[in-house]
Amino acid sequence: MSFNINEFIDTKTLLYVALFSPLVSSLFAGIYGASPKKINVGVISSLLIFLSFLASVGLFLHLYFGGSVVNVMMMDWISAGDLKVPFGFVADHVSVTMMLVVTLVSTVVHFYSIGYMEKDKGFNRFFSYLSAFVFSMMFLVMSDNFLGLFIGWEGVGLCSWLLIGFWYEKESATWAANEAFIMNRIADLGMLIGIFMIYWTMGTLQYDEVFAKISSVPVDVVTMIAIFLFIGAMGKSAQFPLHTWLADAMEGPTPVSALIHAATMVTAGVYLVIRANEIFSLVPEVGFFIASLGAFVALFAATMALVNRDIKRVIAYSTLSQLGYMFVAGGLGAYWIALFHLVTHAFFKALLFLGAGNVMHAMEDELNIMKMGGLRKVMLGTAILMLIASVALSGIYPFAGFFSKDKILEVAFDTQHYILWGTLWLTAGLTAFYSFRVVMLVFFGSSRYKDFGIHPHEAHGFMLWAMTPLAVLAIVAGLFEHQFVEFVTKILPAYSFSEQIHETIGQLVIVTTSIAVTGIVIAVFSNMFREGLFSNAFRGNFFYKLLDNQYYIPKIYDEVFSKPYRELSELFWKSIDLKIVDATVDGIGKCLLSTGENTREMQSGNLSLMLRWMTIGLTILLLSAIGYTYADSILTLLQQGVAH
Amino acid sequence: MGSMIISLEHYLLLSSILFFIGLYGVIVRKNLLMLFFATEIMLNAVNVGLVAISNYYGDLTGQMFAFFIIAIAASEVAIGLGLLVIWFKRHNTVDLDSLQSMKG
Repeated sequence: MSFNINEFIDTKTLLYVALFSPLVSSLFAGIYGASPKKINVGVISSLLIFLSFLASVGLFLHLYFGGSVVNVMMMDWISAGDLKVPFGFVADHVSVTMMLVVTLVSTVVHFYSIGYMEKDKGFNRFFSYLSAFVFSMMFLVMSDNFLGLFIGWEGVGLCSWLLIGFWYEKESATWAANEAFIMNRIADLGMLIGIFMIYWTMGTLQYDEVFAKISSVPVDVVTMIAIFLFIGAMGKSAQFPLHTWLADAMEGPTPVSALIHAATMVTAGVYLVIRANEIFSLVPEVGFFIASLGAFVALFAATMALVNRDIKRVIAYSTLSQLGYMFVAGGLGAYWIALFHLVTHAFFKALLFLGAGNVMHAMEDELNIMKMGGLRKVMLGTAILMLIASVALSGIYPFAGFFSKDKILEVAFDTQHYILWGTLWLTAGLTAFYSFRVVMLVFFGSSRYKDFGIHPHEAHGFMLWAMTPLAVLAIVAGLFEHQFVEFVTKILPAYSFSEQIHETIGQLVIVTTSIAVTGIVIAVFSNMFREGLFSNAFRGNFFYKLLDNQYYIPKIYDEVFSKPYRELSELFWKSIDLKIVDATVDGIGKCLLSTGENTREMQSGNLSLMLRWMTIGLTILLLSAIGYTYADSILTLLQQGVAH
Repeated sequence: MGSMIISLEHYLLLSSILFFIGLYGVIVRKNLLMLFFATEIMLNAVNVGLVAISNYYGDLTGQMFAFFIIAIAASEVAIGLGLLVIWFKRHNTVDLDSLQSMKG
């Protein structure tokens, strides 16, 4: 079968459409940013994002049927001395995969938001921000150099800040927005240093040139570059110890959580590792560190998700945990598997968040899952969609999560990192447990919400329809594994499993699936016997408290960083700002004031006094004129005097 | 003392002395009429200097300047004295301190 997209449309045009229609959408919605809600703004915005999706599909088809990689040099951007950075874009197999995921999830989220934000007075503004985010993310994945990537990187950070703090009249929302922004800034410094080092050692920032030269760079420099780039990835992908912002970012509207904090932005870190695989694969030690950190975060986040009572936070922790999985795959050199899990995860996690959005709407913005229960009776559609997403997240065959997650476990086993494998295996069980704990507490059991006088209702039909593509993909995406491998390994290094793993693979699948099923069964049965799953006695338990307080990390950050910083600021304010800076400025003012006060007497209007001042002035000017004219001879005279 | 040749230095010395006498008058005198006298002395001190130097260099420009100054000084004094007379009729004084409206 052959197909040539070029018969219909130029691939460069497609690339520009894919990249810039979100920008047009953002500007268009931005024009109406301050005006009252216009439904058309939402619809047109969403259609423009859909257009971008169609263009991405076009590019995908072009590449899938053997087309060449599309490179576009839009214009020169920076040209200073030896530094030449163009606005160049590339649509290769990796970036097209990312473009498809980003635009697909964005389209769904845009259409969904028309319903979700219908009563919000910032409706138009919301679409402007959301589209700006999509543009930044597209810029990030399509750039053909590190600096362009960094622009997109900062762009998504900015949009994330705007969207987390969308309800800016809420103190907690602005706090969370600032936290996310500052945490990311810390990591971005690392990334920037990494980029500087790349330019310093190789004199270029273009991906292909860097990757061509990287093998001739001393290994310790490559190690440094890899470490600094990964620090950037840690911030964006919320890896320990920069993870706290992700759960707090749930302050934003739920579609934002679905789009940014699950499906796209947080995967930028993973994308960076995949994109720069030629750097990371040179330094397996750094790769092992990435994998270990990933496995740690996977388990660490999953444990926090076990006990949380906030529906969105549970899902946020599961995002953290799944990002950990992706980093394990990336760190161990199985880049296509990391990308595969990124793709499947985007589908079911966005679905999960949008479902949570429906639940929140139904429950009048109540987030506590203890106050829900039995909601399937009133919102069956959402219940089914969330069940699909949870099954996919738990990794049950034949849902998407099974294929990608299992591959990661196989890689860990194959590379003989049994501790990593064990950690991920345990996490798989925990994931299944907490996913179904949420599903059980929200949709099954007794209708506890009646005690709180809430009257839940199902979301609009079109919102459910908007979610359907994600649900379908969450079920079937894994079945396209073979085609996916073939597609992305045209650029990414293929990962070949060793011989002996083929014999044990069947057993591994059984072991992994059994712990996932066990998790689900425990969640379902314990919910049948006792709602809430944790007895009051258990709540007093040390471990429960530890998990419930997120290992006290936010508290530690507060004590170790925020409070000393505040004290230091106060010290600087009182001792340096007030006593030195302010005092200097005030001093200048006071000096002028007192000069005026003291010389006021001169301007008495008394002619006699004026004449005297005039004489004095004249004398001074005359003397200085003489001094200036004869300065040289006076100096010579003085020197002669000194010499004698 | 024998006969003394009056040289340029002597003229300039005279000019300076006259100038400083005039300046002193300008600074200390409170009577407006006396102030006029003092300024006239200063002007004429300058005239002496100009004429002396003009003579010394054999250049008539300085002397022409002196004539100018005398003419201008005459007209200036005429106007000044006129104003002074009016002021005296109004205020019955020519004291400088009475010519003060600003309060510094």
